[in-house]
Amino acid sequence: MEIEGYLKKDYITNLVNESKREDGRKFDEHRKIIIDNGYVKDKAPGSCFVQLGKTKVLAGISIDVGEPFPDRPNDGVMSTSTEFRPMASPRFESGPPNEDSIEVARVIDRGIREAGAIDTKKLLIEDNLVWIVFIDIHILDHDGNLIDAGGIAAMSALLNTRLPKYEDGKIIYGEYSGKLPIARVPIPCTTAKIGKALLVDPSLNEEYAMDARLTVSTTENINAMQKGGTGSFNEEEIMACVDAAFEKGNQIRKMLSTD
Amino acid sequence: MSGNGDVVLIKDGKRLDGRGFEELRDIKMEVSVLERAAGSAYVEWGKNKVMVGVYGPRELHPKFLQDPTKAMLRCVYNLAPFSVDERKKPGPDRRSVEISKVTSEALSSVVMLERFPNTVIDVFIEILQADAGTRCVGLTAASLALADAGIPMKDLVSACSAGKVDGQVVVDLMKEEDNFGECDLPMAIIPKKGEIVLLQMDGKLSRDEFKEAYKLAYDGCMKVYDLQRKTLMESMKKFVGEGGIENGD
Repeated sequence: MEIEGYLKKDYITNLVNESKREDGRKFDEHRKIIIDNGYVKDKAPGSCFVQLGKTKVLAGISIDVGEPFPDRPNDGVMSTSTEFRPMASPRFESGPPNEDSIEVARVIDRGIREAGAIDTKKLLIEDNLVWIVFIDIHILDHDGNLIDAGGIAAMSALLNTRLPKYEDGKIIYGEYSGKLPIARVPIPCTTAKIGKALLVDPSLNEEYAMDARLTVSTTENINAMQKGGTGSFNEEEIMACVDAAFEKGNQIRKMLSTD
Repeated sequence: MSGNGDVVLIKDGKRLDGRGFEELRDIKMEVSVLERAAGSAYVEWGKNKVMVGVYGPRELHPKFLQDPTKAMLRCVYNLAPFSVDERKKPGPDRRSVEISKVTSEALSSVVMLERFPNTVIDVFIEILQADAGTRCVGLTAASLALADAGIPMKDLVSACSAGKVDGQVVVDLMKEEDNFGECDLPMAIIPKKGEIVLLQMDGKLSRDEFKEAYKLAYDGCMKVYDLQRKTLMESMKKFVGEGGIENGD
């Protein structure tokens, strides 16, 4: 029984009924996004610290070499994990990933993978040897909408990732041979439904009050979607979320840069 | 979703198994298939074979998880090791944890959880043979099993997927289409309300293609709903016929 959420629900719902949000935003407005690339650049070949309002996440990229999947012998490999660090929320506990963190990681992964964000065809080193790209997303401070914050951090980090040198069957850490090839930049956009209202980029308190949420990850196409929560959406609402995702995706994509 | 152009999935306007673009695979449903469970269902959908058992409402342990305002609905989606070509390692993986979560959420939207505070309703979904679309089959069967258990619900949940193969939007992907197609869009609806309770998507769809796929999946869900209702009605008739209710009227 989540007391904190229970107490906030009525407050947030009443505000929404008066067309207001707790922090004064419009319903279709993201919180302020701060993007800091290369946050741990002395070690990680790619990293990005993102603040989405008060939510703080750090994405780090690690690069390894290994065998490709048998059904895709010429393609590099990517893998995405999310860790809800206990410092980020009184509700997070140490230990193996729970269903919430698995969902966040898998939705971000689908957006990046299905968009073909990483040009995996260019990651073949030699026969049966490819680059492996690990995306690790650390949630450091949870104030809602972890999918969008994590997805933006992961994509920005990938855009600034360098490939290490590989010589005589060994990776030389700290020396680089080039940039990780990026083909497309997918951006996830999450919309929460509270009563009849649709709110882009829900804060934690809004997540407590929401009936359902819909994440849509876009490039020039839709690449991934995920509905969450126990409520439901009608068709009109879903199309509104899709349109918001295209619009917000274009805005946020312009904020990302390569160095 | 690899979008592999080498594999031909549509030939002469027909799909690999001869289906049209808006045609579902054959579906068979049955309820009350398990002895001990409060409710159960078995669904065959193409080559998919799925069994669901429901237990509860029963007391939830550990106690700190109990909610004095409502029951918890807890799904476990499990893929049997022999259900797929290459043996699946037993136990939960990230995929099945995510599917369990979205299935629980979809069912929670119709089950009257507030009637059973402090309890849990357990829904065990076993995929015995898998051939794409298992989460839709599992959810459809789970909804039948909950109804079979007599747990009060506002409506059934009906699920079906749509997707895109060889540039064509089609309903209810089979395994080859799922592997080599361009997109998969599993969906579940509350038919009476016409609202969406499960929606996932991966692949590549334009806005217009999404609208088209949405419609195909939605219409597929409605066909599934008809079958679910028919199955429950027949089971109820049988129950009454065997003297399960004293006054059958």
